[in-house]
Order: sequence, then C-alpha cells, then structure tokens
Amino acid sequence: MSATFVEQRPTSRLRRWTEREGVFSWLMIGPPTLFLILLVGYPFAYGIWLSLEDRPVAHAGKFVGLANFVADFHDPVFWQVAINTFVYTFFATILKMVGGLALALTMNQDFRFKNAIRALMLLPFIVPTVLSTIAWMWMLDPGFSIVNWFLKYTGIADPGPSWLGNPTLAMMSLIIVNVWRGLPFYAITLLAGLQTISPDLYEAATIDGAGSWARFRFVTLPLLKPVIFIVTMFSVIFTFADFQLVYVLTRGGPANATHLFATYAFDIAMSGGQLGMGASVALAMLPPLALIIIAMSVYMKPHKS
Amino acid sequence: MSVERGGWKVRALKLWIPLGAFMVFTLFPFYWMAITSIKPNSELYNRKIMPMVVYHPTLKHYVDLLTETNFITWTWNTFLVAAVSTAISLVFGTMLAYPLARMKFAGSALISFAVAATYLVPQPLLFIPLADIINQLHLGDTLTSVILTYPTLLVPFCAWLLMGYFRSVPVELEDAARIDGATRLQTMIKVFLPLCVPGFISAGIFAFTLSQNEFLYALIFLTQTDVRTVPVGAIAELVKGDVFYWGQLMAAALLGSVPVAVIYSFFVEHYVAGLTAGAVKQ
Repeated sequence: MSATFVEQRPTSRLRRWTEREGVFSWLMIGPPTLFLILLVGYPFAYGIWLSLEDRPVAHAGKFVGLANFVADFHDPVFWQVAINTFVYTFFATILKMVGGLALALTMNQDFRFKNAIRALMLLPFIVPTVLSTIAWMWMLDPGFSIVNWFLKYTGIADPGPSWLGNPTLAMMSLIIVNVWRGLPFYAITLLAGLQTISPDLYEAATIDGAGSWARFRFVTLPLLKPVIFIVTMFSVIFTFADFQLVYVLTRGGPANATHLFATYAFDIAMSGGQLGMGASVALAMLPPLALIIIAMSVYMKPHKS
Repeated sequence: MSVERGGWKVRALKLWIPLGAFMVFTLFPFYWMAITSIKPNSELYNRKIMPMVVYHPTLKHYVDLLTETNFITWTWNTFLVAAVSTAISLVFGTMLAYPLARMKFAGSALISFAVAATYLVPQPLLFIPLADIINQLHLGDTLTSVILTYPTLLVPFCAWLLMGYFRSVPVELEDAARIDGATRLQTMIKVFLPLCVPGFISAGIFAFTLSQNEFLYALIFLTQTDVRTVPVGAIAELVKGDVFYWGQLMAAALLGSVPVAVIYSFFVEHYVAGLTAGAVKQ
C-alpha cells in the first residue's frame, strides 16, 4: 500500500490543484449553484422587473415604475385578497398547531398497531393535494354533499348549508381542508420531537409534585418549542402562498371571498394576460411574509437547550 | 409518557376516543373516494338511498377513465417527470451537500444560507416570470419544462436533508481512503456515498412524492392533453364546463394516489425520517 502511495504522489499539477479542498468544493458546488441561479435567482429578479412593467402577454413590455403597485393599492379586491390570506393562514396554522399537538400527545402513548396507525395518519400529506381536494369538493357538493347528508341524518340541519357557495362557509371549508392535509405533518414531526424528551424529566417533575398539566406546561412545551417553531414557520410560508387548494375548491369565489395572493396573481397574469400586474400581486406577498417570519422568530426565539 | 396507567376508562378517554376521532377525520375522505368510484351513476345521484354503502358495485368508472380519457398517458407522464426530477435533484443535492457537510471553503456559509433561503421561496413568487421564460425558450407543452423546473423545488430540500445525513456518517473511512491515496472524488463516490443509501432513500421518496404532488407549474406549462400530468389532467379534462364526472373523478383521484401510497408504504420509516430530519435535531 505504501508503495502505491509513494508512486501516486508526483501527479500532475492539475490533479494537485483539483485536490485542494477549496477547489474541489467549488467544482462540486458550481453546477447545482449555477442551476439554481438560472432557474430560481434569475426568475426572481425577472419577476421584480416584470412587476415594474406594463406587460400584456405576447407583447413587449413598457416600463411603468411603481404604477402596478399603486394600482394594487387602489384595488379593493387586492385588499380583500390580503385579508383573506391572513385569515386563511392564521386560522389554518392555529388549528394545525393545536390539533397536531393534541394528536402527537395522543399518539405518544403505548398502544397496539402504533406504526400502522401512524402510517395511515400521514396519508393526507402523501396523496397529491389536487386529487384529495377533488374528493373534498365532492364531499361538499351543493347537491350531494355527504356532510349535509350526515347533518340531515342526525337532525342537525335540513337542508345543510351551501358549503362553497357562501363566502364565510367557503373560507371555513378551505381552512378545514388545509388543516386536514397539514395536520399529519405537524403531528408526526411533533411526535418525533416528543420522543426525544427524556422520561427522566417527567419522573423528576412527578417527584417534585407536578400534575399532568404542570408536566405538560413546564416540561413538554418548553422542550418542544424549537420543533413547534420550525414546523410552524414552514406551515405559515406554505399556507400563506397556497394555490392548489383554492384553485380546485373555489377558484377564489364566491365573489373573491376566498382569493389568496397566489390565486389572484394567477387570475390576473394567466387568465387576464397581465403579466406585470400579476407579478406585482405575487411580489406583494413577500413583505408580509417576511414580517410574519421575523415576528415569529422574535416571539418564539428557538434558543438551543 | 406511560407514567400513569389508569383503568380502561382513562385509557379510552385519553387514547382511543381522540385517536378514533382523528382517524375518522383523516381517513373518511379516502373511504368516500373509494366507494364513490365504484357506485353506478344511478346510486351516485339518488338522494333517496343510504349513501354510505354501495348496493351494486361497478368498475364502469374505472373502465371509462382508462379507455375514454388519456389517464394512462397522464400517469406515465407524471411518473417519468417525477423519476427524472428526483434523479437530477439527488445528484445536484449531493453535489451541494457533500462539500457543505465535509469541507472548509470560502463562501460555504453563504451557500448554505442560500440553499435554505431557496427552499423557503414559495412557488407563487416565481410562476409568472417562469411562465414567460419557458415561453421564450419555446418549452411550453413539453415535459422538459417541468423536468427543468421541478428540481428547483427539490434540490434545496434534498441538499438540506442530505447535509444532515452526511454529517452523521463518521469521517474515519474517508480519512483512511485518502491516506491510501484515493482522490477526493474517488473517496466521495466509492467510499462515502455507498454509506449514505438510507439518506438517499429518504430524500428520494420525499422528492418523488413532492413531484407527484406538484400542480402550479404543470397547470401553466402543460396545456395539451398528451403532455399533462394526472392532477392537471383530472382538473382540466374530467370537469367539462359545469359537468363533473364524479365517478370518474374519484376513480382518477384514487388511481392517481395509489402509486405514491404504495411507494410510501414500503419506505414509511425513511419518509418519516426525512420529514422530521429538519425539525428535530438531537
């Protein structure tokens, strides 16, 4: 072995150069970085440029400065969209957080078929969203809703409400479907977090006279905080920028009551052909999103234990 | 948390009732999807009979779906796009993750920050400029358009997940290979990467399910029936105007979910590991 080691030493200068840590690293990192610059960085910058243009589809653009953003500011639908997005994100996130924590605590007990049940519980998160949302659309169908059949069967309401036809109920329906899809992600991640908490801590707390609520409040919750923070951050970003669910279930209706930034931008740019205006609406979601994330970081401060 | 263990009443209250409620909420839509897909139209649109069961099961909706629509083509497209994007993402992800996990070089902090930031850029921020770019490149209505763009969603994620995995692999074997005269590339490919198969499975499964799930880019870039993926095909072609072919839609939803669910069921543990890797660090 040492013989080959000695023989291989006087290799070409190129070889010695590529063997340097910094050079090798950049040779590796270069291609994927270039790929991401071309297909994420460039489109992002181009999107900002588009938002400053009057740009009908298939026509040359004309630079208009901030005119698109000024138009957004005077557009009542834009403000409704902003409110919708906040309402949707806020309630869906809270429900997923509380429900996910409850489910994680429930599943953090010993019971039979635990792994099988955990696998089943993740199904809503695995299955393509558009396909499961189609099933929800059928469950909430104005004529043949199974939910309304159940309400009628149990005598709660007859006839049941028009779930997707009423502005408030349509928003509620969207939130419920979003929670249905996102809950497993919360629950499974929080469950994994719970399993890293040492049983010794609970024992010590019990000896100190802590009841089950106190154990949850002073042991579980503080130790779970970093996990809750990360999961919530992901959830907020992807709920705030949600598109699929709304596009399939309501298309933003009735009367714009469920339009979010993403679907409204899509309507303007793709259906209306106004790329510049659409880009300005899409970009408008960036500052509030950044603010939410900063606020959450300050408030939840995930300091390492 | 098995500190206390009450009788069956406590156990029912703390475990089985909430668990049962969650399971009904989680799984009922799938049950409803399944039974709708095998109901004949005469039962589907009959308000007088009990809807929770099927009286005369039929495979008509499945037969119609497979013979009268392009569902098989869509399924093939979806699979092809997901497989190629996943492969590209794993290669690029590895190329990013290996140096970041193992080496010191100028700019590494910047790159790892950029990777995380790219992962958090939501798609709706990019779809309008990308639509225009794809148009200018004349890639509209080609599978290339989505094969190129899906990895932008998957590479940062794969890199980030693999980085965590790579760091958990002991460095001694690589050191030994280097001392024996292997180049850095040989060390990485022949010694290191074979140790990381579980990490690749986690990242691969995740990337694969994400590609199967993607909708926005596919909706915008693919407007011809023969290049469509399952989600776009189902929405665009099984809903004709105001007419919903519910039986076929549910059959499509179920069939479209089966490949993902099957692959997932083989690798649940890897999937869960990937899912929780970022959030839970010991």
